[in-house]
Amino acid sequence: MTFNFATQFGKSEFPNPIFTASGCAGSGKELAQFFDLRELGAVVTKSIMRKPRSGRPTPRMAETPSGMLNSIGLQGPGIEEFLAHDIPWLKAHDSRIIVSIAGETIEDYAFLAKRLNSVAGISALEVNISCPNVENRGQVFSCDPVTAAAAIDAVRRNISDTMPIIAKLSPDVTDIAAIAESCVTAGADALALINTLLGMVIDTNTMLPKLGGKTGGLSGPAIRPIAVRAIYQVRARLPHIGILGMGGVSNGNDALEMVLAGANGISVGTATFGNPTAPVEIKNELENLLISKGFDSFAEAVGFAHRDPSANRSKN
Amino acid sequence: MINKYAQTIKSELISNKKVGAYHHLVFEVGTMASHVRPGNFVAISVGGPTSSMVLRRAFAIHRSMDRGASGGVIELVVAPHGNGSKWLTSLPIGSYVKLTGPLGTSFGIPTEQVRALLVGGGYGSAPLFGLAEVLKSRGSRVDMVLGASTAGKIYAPIEGKRSVNSMTITTDDGSAGVHGRVSDVLPEIIERNSCEIIYSCGPMAMLAAISEIADKYNLIHQCAVEESMACGIGICMTCVIPLVDDEGQIRMQRSCIAGPVVDGERVIWNTGGSIPEGTLGAL
Repeated sequence: MTFNFATQFGKSEFPNPIFTASGCAGSGKELAQFFDLRELGAVVTKSIMRKPRSGRPTPRMAETPSGMLNSIGLQGPGIEEFLAHDIPWLKAHDSRIIVSIAGETIEDYAFLAKRLNSVAGISALEVNISCPNVENRGQVFSCDPVTAAAAIDAVRRNISDTMPIIAKLSPDVTDIAAIAESCVTAGADALALINTLLGMVIDTNTMLPKLGGKTGGLSGPAIRPIAVRAIYQVRARLPHIGILGMGGVSNGNDALEMVLAGANGISVGTATFGNPTAPVEIKNELENLLISKGFDSFAEAVGFAHRDPSANRSKN
Repeated sequence: MINKYAQTIKSELISNKKVGAYHHLVFEVGTMASHVRPGNFVAISVGGPTSSMVLRRAFAIHRSMDRGASGGVIELVVAPHGNGSKWLTSLPIGSYVKLTGPLGTSFGIPTEQVRALLVGGGYGSAPLFGLAEVLKSRGSRVDMVLGASTAGKIYAPIEGKRSVNSMTITTDDGSAGVHGRVSDVLPEIIERNSCEIIYSCGPMAMLAAISEIADKYNLIHQCAVEESMACGIGICMTCVIPLVDDEGQIRMQRSCIAGPVVDGERVIWNTGGSIPEGTLGAL
């Protein structure tokens, strides 16, 4: 019997559960130098905004213990140039595509959804409502269940019912499962857990914040336990919703941990900065691990850590 | 677009020598060496398999040697100033590292003979010696100016000195050569040798000062820029600099993909990291 590695978000199916993480793969072109993008479940693009955006000042990164801070600030060419160049390139290379979108206002999300509704070849939308690198932290939609729902609702109303919506949430909240529930009620098919955490590094030589934007988003293995916890909590609250897990996954075992917590897919981000072939290596390692533990399908392993501990101790 | 020859390999360290304030490292890179052009760089993982340092370190390639069937080598000049570079320079011969390269753009080299001026700051001189060899092999005149804060931070190997027509050293503290900065000596050298093109590599402030001089003398200025990078392959968007595109529009562009070698005339200098007025998004 062959192992079934496929996964699903909303009505879209993917041959395997390994994805790039938004903002960690550009629009896929550069990584195509190192592996065939068709090997991935899908490429998740950088978060696209309505207008061209130059992002935050440099320096934009600082390495931290087992992680890094970034303060890119959603730089990008804007939706029109993205649709004119990046999407056709990905389609020409037969890559499955999840488009990530970000807005400054609820109206921006509505506009972007409407604009993408007529674009063929997109498997799902990731709605980034949790970028920490915006001027006004108060505008992080995912920090409040009402604003989070408003953004998701704006997208849902302006896109086809069959287009899966994945809401990307911030872990910098008291009750992430409550925010997740609110997004699902508003029409999200899945949750992307987790975005980076807000952090800061001060350079003790200059005695000033190291990043040009002062604060940045913390990513990498340092945040993995937080991601696992968030996935576990949301899976417990919402047993049937899709979860795209991410946060410091660097090898197959890290990916397995998130799957057991409840992730239906894994995005690989910071690990790719240190190793361009990381997504494909993680995919192969995860498949081998699942097979070696006796699973017949990927779906069978999702949320396996939620079972009663007094029941069978292992899959075998 | 990313360097079309970029690949990720496991590479053996075959030589590690301390030279002044720096380490001269030689890596076996197989066929990669034949694709290396002066100005290209490599990105190397540091700290070993259980390292808490998750990001690659970018190093300009000092020289590359394609040895045919026996495989090629690349040479790097590394300053051990951070935990990653300290780890790398402390590696014993025979160690393996994960290395991605060649990355980035290279210095444009005219096919005809030119009178070239090469300017390096600190270990920024490293890629200039490979460039000098190519220029000399095409019959060009090569004058070189190297500057650093102090004598120990000048990287100028003896064979490198032989490969140029003239070598001028400047130090901020006067411990070697001319007491001052490279920009203090450039006008006189440009005028004396009728230089036609400047190639430079070093700290951004130095490159900005050279660009101003290149403007004044109406010379082409190709410079290898330096901005902190997390990946080196164009996906992290941290190493951006403001560059003027073909349509005259300023865009934040990745120095690992659009650079490190860029036309000095296209760079908006002295922004202190801020986004210049009129910048239209990012590529």
